[in-house]
Amino acid sequence: MSVPRRPTEPQGLERYYVLTQGRSGPGGAASSLDVATLVVSRATPLPGMQHEHAEILRRCRDPLSVAELGAHLGLPFNILAVLLSDLLDAGRIEARDPIPAHDAGRGADLALLEEVLSGLERL
Amino acid sequence: MDSKGFDRPGRPAAGRTRSVKVMIAGGFGTGKTTMVRSVSDIRPLTTEETLTQASAGVDDLIGVADKTQTTVSLDFGKISLNDTLTLYLFGTPGQERFWFLWNGLFKGALGAVVLVDTRRLASSFRAIEEMERQQVPFVIALNVFPDSRDHPVEEIRDALDIPPHTPVVAFDARDRSSSRDVLVALIRHLKERPAVALEPR
Repeated sequence: MSVPRRPTEPQGLERYYVLTQGRSGPGGAASSLDVATLVVSRATPLPGMQHEHAEILRRCRDPLSVAELGAHLGLPFNILAVLLSDLLDAGRIEARDPIPAHDAGRGADLALLEEVLSGLERL
Repeated sequence: MDSKGFDRPGRPAAGRTRSVKVMIAGGFGTGKTTMVRSVSDIRPLTTEETLTQASAGVDDLIGVADKTQTTVSLDFGKISLNDTLTLYLFGTPGQERFWFLWNGLFKGALGAVVLVDTRRLASSFRAIEEMERQQVPFVIALNVFPDSRDHPVEEIRDALDIPPHTPVVAFDARDRSSSRDVLVALIRHLKERPAVALEPR
C-alpha cells in the first residue's frame, strides 16, 4: 500500500497555500503594501531560505515595485504581500509606499507635482 | 532594464528612490493598455490579484478545490522622471465591478486619467462615477479613434456631466507625446486643485 506523498510541484491555489503556509493576507507592517510600493533588500539570501524569499532578496537589490516583482515572479499581489510581510518582519527588506499628492489635512505637495511635471516635460 | 538612479542598498541613492502612481481608468476597449504602452519606458507588464471565495466554514487544504478563483489583472508601465523618482501607471481592470475587490486600488495615487471613446460615451460612465465616489482627482481624455466624429469638448462635458473645473482633453492613445500631454494636463490640474484631503481608506 502506497503512502500518500505531498506533491512536490503543487499547482494553482495549492501552490499558493504552500508558499504562504496557509496565510491569506499580510498583517502588521505589510498590510499597507501597494502595487507601487518600492521594495529594496537589506540582506542577502541565506542558505536554506524559502526559494521565493531568496528570489525576492535577489531581485530587489535595486528598488523594485511590488507590481514588477509580482509580474517577474508570477505571483498574485495578495500572495506576494504575505511573503513580503515575512521579510519585512525579519528586517530583510525595506518598503517605501508611493507618495500621495495630498497629505491628509494638508494642501497639495507642490514641490512633488513640479518635479513630476518637469520629468514628464523632458520625455 | 534601465536601472539608472537605482543604487545598491547602503548607498545614499537607494534611500532616496521614490515612486508615485497614476491610474488609467475608463470603460472596456477605450485604450487604457494602449496608452500605458505608448508612454511607458518598459514593455507593459501585468500584475494580478487572485481572489478566492471559500464555501462557508471550509478553511483547510481539503477545501481548496472547492474554492472559486477570480483573477483581476492590472497592466502597468513606468516612466523614470529623474534619477530618484519613478512614475508608475496602472491600467484599471475593464470590469469596474471588480474594482472594490482590489483593496485600496486608488489609495495613494496622485490622480487618474479617465479614457473616453467618444463613439461609446456610456462605457466610461461607471469609471467617472467611481472617481467621484472615491474622491480621486481626474482628467477626462477623449481617445480620438480614426472614425470618431468631431465632438465639441463642451458637448461631451455636458453629456458626461463633468464639472467645469475638471479638464477634458482630446488625444491619441497610440502616440507617446500625445499620451504624455494628458499626464501633463493631469499634473497641472492637481497643482491648481484646492487643498482637499483625500478620503482615508
